[in-house]
Amino acid sequence: MHIIESSKEYDVIIVGSGAGGGMSAKVLAESGLSVAIVEAGPFFDPTDPAQMTQLKWPYESPRRGASSTRAFGDFDAAYGGWEIDGEPYTRAEGTEFDWFRSHMLGGRTNHWGRISLRFGPKDFKRKDIDGLGDNWPIGYDDVKPYYDKVDKLIGVFGSKENLDNEPDGFFLPVPKPRLHELYYVKAARKAGVTVIPSRLSILTKRVNKDRGICFYCSQCSRSCSAKADFSSSSALVFPAQKTGQADLFVNSIVREVITNDEGRATGISYVNKEDRQEYQLKGKTVVLAASACSSARILLNSKSSQHPNGLGNSSGIVGKYLHDSTGSSRAAFVPELMNRKVSYNEDGVGGLHVYSPWWLDNKQLDFPRGYHIEVWGGMGMPSYGTGFGITEMNKLVGGQTGGYGNKLRDDVKRFYGSIMGVSGRGESVAQKDNYCEIDPNVVDEWGIPVLRFHYKWTDYERLQAKHMQDTFEEVFHEMGATPLGDAPGKDKDYGLAAPGRIIHEVGTTRMGNDAKTSVTNKNQQLHEVDNVFVVDGGPFVSQADKNPTWTILALSWKTSDYIIDQFKKQNIT
Amino acid sequence: MDRRESMKTMLVGSLAGGLVIGCTPEEEATEQVATPVKSDAYGRTEEEKLRDELLHEAEFFTEAEVGTIATLCDLILPATDNFGSATDAEVPEFIAFIAKDITEHQLPLRGGLMWLNHRAIKKFSHTFDECTLAQQTELLDEIAYPDKATPEVAQGVAFFNRMRNLTLTGYYTSKMGIEELGYKGNRPNVWDGVPDDVLKEHGMAYDEDWLAKCIDQKTRDVMAEWDDDGNLLT
Repeated sequence: MHIIESSKEYDVIIVGSGAGGGMSAKVLAESGLSVAIVEAGPFFDPTDPAQMTQLKWPYESPRRGASSTRAFGDFDAAYGGWEIDGEPYTRAEGTEFDWFRSHMLGGRTNHWGRISLRFGPKDFKRKDIDGLGDNWPIGYDDVKPYYDKVDKLIGVFGSKENLDNEPDGFFLPVPKPRLHELYYVKAARKAGVTVIPSRLSILTKRVNKDRGICFYCSQCSRSCSAKADFSSSSALVFPAQKTGQADLFVNSIVREVITNDEGRATGISYVNKEDRQEYQLKGKTVVLAASACSSARILLNSKSSQHPNGLGNSSGIVGKYLHDSTGSSRAAFVPELMNRKVSYNEDGVGGLHVYSPWWLDNKQLDFPRGYHIEVWGGMGMPSYGTGFGITEMNKLVGGQTGGYGNKLRDDVKRFYGSIMGVSGRGESVAQKDNYCEIDPNVVDEWGIPVLRFHYKWTDYERLQAKHMQDTFEEVFHEMGATPLGDAPGKDKDYGLAAPGRIIHEVGTTRMGNDAKTSVTNKNQQLHEVDNVFVVDGGPFVSQADKNPTWTILALSWKTSDYIIDQFKKQNIT
Repeated sequence: MDRRESMKTMLVGSLAGGLVIGCTPEEEATEQVATPVKSDAYGRTEEEKLRDELLHEAEFFTEAEVGTIATLCDLILPATDNFGSATDAEVPEFIAFIAKDITEHQLPLRGGLMWLNHRAIKKFSHTFDECTLAQQTELLDEIAYPDKATPEVAQGVAFFNRMRNLTLTGYYTSKMGIEELGYKGNRPNVWDGVPDDVLKEHGMAYDEDWLAKCIDQKTRDVMAEWDDDGNLLT
């Protein structure tokens, strides 16, 4: 086997086509630079009828949408999942981390929740507030202009609220709450929990001529054929390709960044999954956007005499400070939502129309960081699992469980839409001891050494999850709702989801001013190699109780502007 | 160019948008949806297509087992005046497939059917399918009510819970079941809040403050523009 080299030298090679890679591809290609986008998975176009799952009925799937091949069910747009055949990862004994990967054009943006929250001024400077972790080397004012640009380019609905640490933006108007959400609003207010309209990157109004307007099927997780949700494919990569400046390489899994004798990057090598051959692309700059852990893996696997510890890793910090959002949830039965009128279509947008941003001061609490609350429920489309355990619900209204015959039809209909749930999503404290590294003994089917994870929650996260559960019960109490099952107690870490499960993992190539304690500088540029950048969640110093995507997009744009400037100044030639 | 097209061209960028054109927001929403493709395509990757094909070709249950599953399905959900039975909704076919797809169903279903037949033979000297309806009903009454069942038939209860779950899920994810349930979505729509009669029934109302933040659906097709402070102008 020999390595097949390309003759063309690109200005920029971008690894990955999700939020960070897509944004970088668009901004750089539109500036006139030549760009190669290298994506590990297949091409995906949400408007292609052969790939579309939007508006399919459960009976169009023989398994009625069950999650046998896709983690979130047959109709979810994300290819891949927690485990990918032939591409394992390992965990150090006694630790846990579940890694969700989606190898496809657009990556996880094809199915994500579209919750698009700006980090606030405090989120960049947490150490100043509680002494834990580290401050970012940048602040809100540095990122604000880019948040503004992302809002206008991609579109996000929301409302001006003038809340502390929840900055407002350039919002589209919000959709009206659904019925169960009105119940939540009322109960949350009684419980003293702030509740405002949600902020999602779904187009309630037109933002440009290329993308459509939401038609309220609630299926953003299926990737929208009208391009009315933010998916990196339809909102960023296709526009980048339109410039004629961007070449897309799909089914191409990157092994390493290639460096020259001076230790600078000259390109990348990748395996083409179709012919299993190894290829090299030449580039003046390499932008990693493969996801926090995949980018760390590429850096750690890019060993050379100049970089014996992996690229940009003399500090040993690559892979360290891995952290995910916390998550804990509870569901409840709302008696007033029994026997609902089914006269109307309640789908709405994909996900929540209302949510609770963090409303308390951690100085008064026994845990350092906040969380927000997401709300779910309603008269949704049935899928595999509908009707499971339905007769158990009778216990809650003093009826008979079990049975058979047409009484079951009444059970299913009486309880339809009567269950709602709440999920807390919080900030964990980044720990140096939570990390990924190269497993010395295991390779994937492409011969590339794989990641081994070490991750343990601390009491900061456990106590936060306890607070979530207490809040949930209070809100349900105010609603007159009956929480389902037992509240998860101390023995179950208060329902705290395993690390990785919330799919907000960040921090593996964190930014900082000190090259000894960080991997990238404030421009997301490796301290040690000035023509390698990271524009996924890796450079996050702390992840806030916000979802990371909007910040990934803003920082990727900011870094791309910096790269353009470096080309102009001929610092990169 | 028909009248509507020309009107549309004339009105590009106009605030009046869809209303003057005379088509409802729902119709406009429908127009932008791609043409559906044939119903057996549901966005599978090549690997998933292959997996589906192999599953469809394979057999797990014997003919006799499928027969008993069908009998049970229709005892669980018989036909009504308005809606068909579980077998009318092809639930046995669904169960036969799902046992191949989610293999942890295989042993409990196969073993459960054997358990049921053994119970039937012991009590009535017939397999479950050969029993009269009254005998079948008597057998089900033993295992269909988890809170009342005796420990002696606990395994039968576990089996019947699974059969009931799969029958209900198969039925209510079928076209017939969804119609009966009354689910109105999965089609282009313009959500404009909970209908007034429903709000009233629940003693709910939208706050004026909150409504002021909501989309006026008459302006949905108008390009968004803001002032420098993020105030929407359109």
